[in-house]
Amino acid sequence: MSEKIATRQAYGEQLLELGAEHEELVVLDADLSGSTGTAKFAKAYPERFFNMGIAEQNMISTAAGLALAGRIPFASSFAMFAAGRAWEQVRNSVAHNELNVKIAATHAGITLGEDGASHQIIEDIAIMSVIPKMSVLVPADAVETKAIIKAAFIHKGPVYIRLGRPAVPVIFDTKNFKYEWGKAQIVKEGKDITIIALGIMLHKALEAAEELAKENISAEIINLSSVKPLDKETILKSIEKTGAVVVAEEHNKVNGVNGLIGALIGQNINKFIPQESVAIEDRFGQSGSLDDLLDEYGLNTKNIIEKTKLALKRKS
Amino acid sequence: MNPVASLSQTAQEIRGLALKAISNANSGHPGGSLSIADILAVLYFGILKHDSKNPNWEERDRLIISKGHASPAVYAVLALAGYFSADEFINTFRKINSKFQGHIDRLKVPGVEVSTGSLGHGLSIANGVALGLRLKPDSKHKVYALLSDGELQEGQNWEAIMAASHYKLGNLTAIIDRNRLQLDGMTEKTMALEPLAEKFEAFGWLVKEIDGHNIEALQNVFRESSRRENTAQPLVIIANTIKGKGISFMENQVKWHGTSPKKEELEKALSELKV
Repeated sequence: MSEKIATRQAYGEQLLELGAEHEELVVLDADLSGSTGTAKFAKAYPERFFNMGIAEQNMISTAAGLALAGRIPFASSFAMFAAGRAWEQVRNSVAHNELNVKIAATHAGITLGEDGASHQIIEDIAIMSVIPKMSVLVPADAVETKAIIKAAFIHKGPVYIRLGRPAVPVIFDTKNFKYEWGKAQIVKEGKDITIIALGIMLHKALEAAEELAKENISAEIINLSSVKPLDKETILKSIEKTGAVVVAEEHNKVNGVNGLIGALIGQNINKFIPQESVAIEDRFGQSGSLDDLLDEYGLNTKNIIEKTKLALKRKS
Repeated sequence: MNPVASLSQTAQEIRGLALKAISNANSGHPGGSLSIADILAVLYFGILKHDSKNPNWEERDRLIISKGHASPAVYAVLALAGYFSADEFINTFRKINSKFQGHIDRLKVPGVEVSTGSLGHGLSIANGVALGLRLKPDSKHKVYALLSDGELQEGQNWEAIMAASHYKLGNLTAIIDRNRLQLDGMTEKTMALEPLAEKFEAFGWLVKEIDGHNIEALQNVFRESSRRENTAQPLVIIANTIKGKGISFMENQVKWHGTSPKKEELEKALSELKV
């Protein structure tokens, strides 16, 4: 896990690769192509790139129109604006029409950093996954991002892809990585507790598992890059086996993945399962460095370890 | 019957079917359906390239109806054009599990290009369709977008108006149903749109202003628009219309924006339409 690449960078590279093979791929951006990673595509295929200016609502509905005309559009902006400002366009122009539009939203979560709360969306997984027909994907590293972009291109229907700003450790190995649509992936097997992690929290969960192993705690790590569709079978099987769960997400705890997992357990497992959450405790972000923010908002390896031990204590 | 009189008759039939459906559903939007009947009659019977037997025909022109609440008029013209039976529409409009939703739904009704209802989306979507079709070699498609006037208060429209001009969408024609009324009253009192033509011009559009109930004027402007080639300028047709057009007690009455006629009112309306 030494190499670090931002998921937005991997997105830009994958677009370029897909663009070479597929004439039907078009890309839209809202004056952030230099930041979202779409600038490379824009340079290589200017006739298939549409900069829509600082007007995200129009961008999303225009993407819907391009899909109606048989194109496969990827629309990008910061997640705050693609998911937040243009929510109603995503809902009505795209999803209600069941159109083949991919929204690749970057700079999600608090790890956007110094720009602060106005740009740090911690609500996007909630507001995108409540839309019928929408798929919501959160890649954990550059390798998975590339696989998800390819899969989203092939998948028929609207997809929201949550990408980040900072360079993050590369977890997966390109050669051996296999992406399966709609599947949760067991990255490490264990028997005492299930840690479900997504996005930047996956590498933190893997670090936590290494530390926990030193204390003879065996954690099973699930990469939940597919929030919707939710792979109930894999998740429930793991939790039934371990009997305890921690959910780690760079998102508001309110209406985040933690709640989805809780509901899943309540409706399917008859015994008591202690569940703990590593997430943002219903407060806005702020300016700061990546490390300071992760500390301040409790999104670190040590927080996962702490919550794991708490869950295990409640289990016994 | 001469062609103009025939289209006038078709528009009256659209009005009659729309009112019957609204009355039967006891719900719907008569005012803005009646105001676009002549526009729809002229477009579907002589201007648009379309095929009711093959609604997804690749070479068809595209009409995006942004004012999705005018669904009764849209379903009526599609029924008259042979896309489905008028009876099915009248009997099931706005009822549970019907294809004929309160606001148009492309996944349910053949001939509907895009589901709308939430105002302000249609022009952006039309821009996307125009951009997408233009990427096809030798594309001759025309893209039309029919908007209400009140919905121009949605800021998204002005983003779209800016973008259509920026992307030189000469294959796009927008039509504004300028009936000057919206749910709360007059557009100019609620949130003034004037000077509307000048606003479009300032955004780089070619503007034509016509009487939206004059069949010949509509034919002329649409024929002109369908012949436009090698142009970089989007065209907007501001069609001055009367909300509730054709029914004496509905014309220019804001009450009829979203009220359904009672049985006696429907009978009176149908007798006035002579259909």
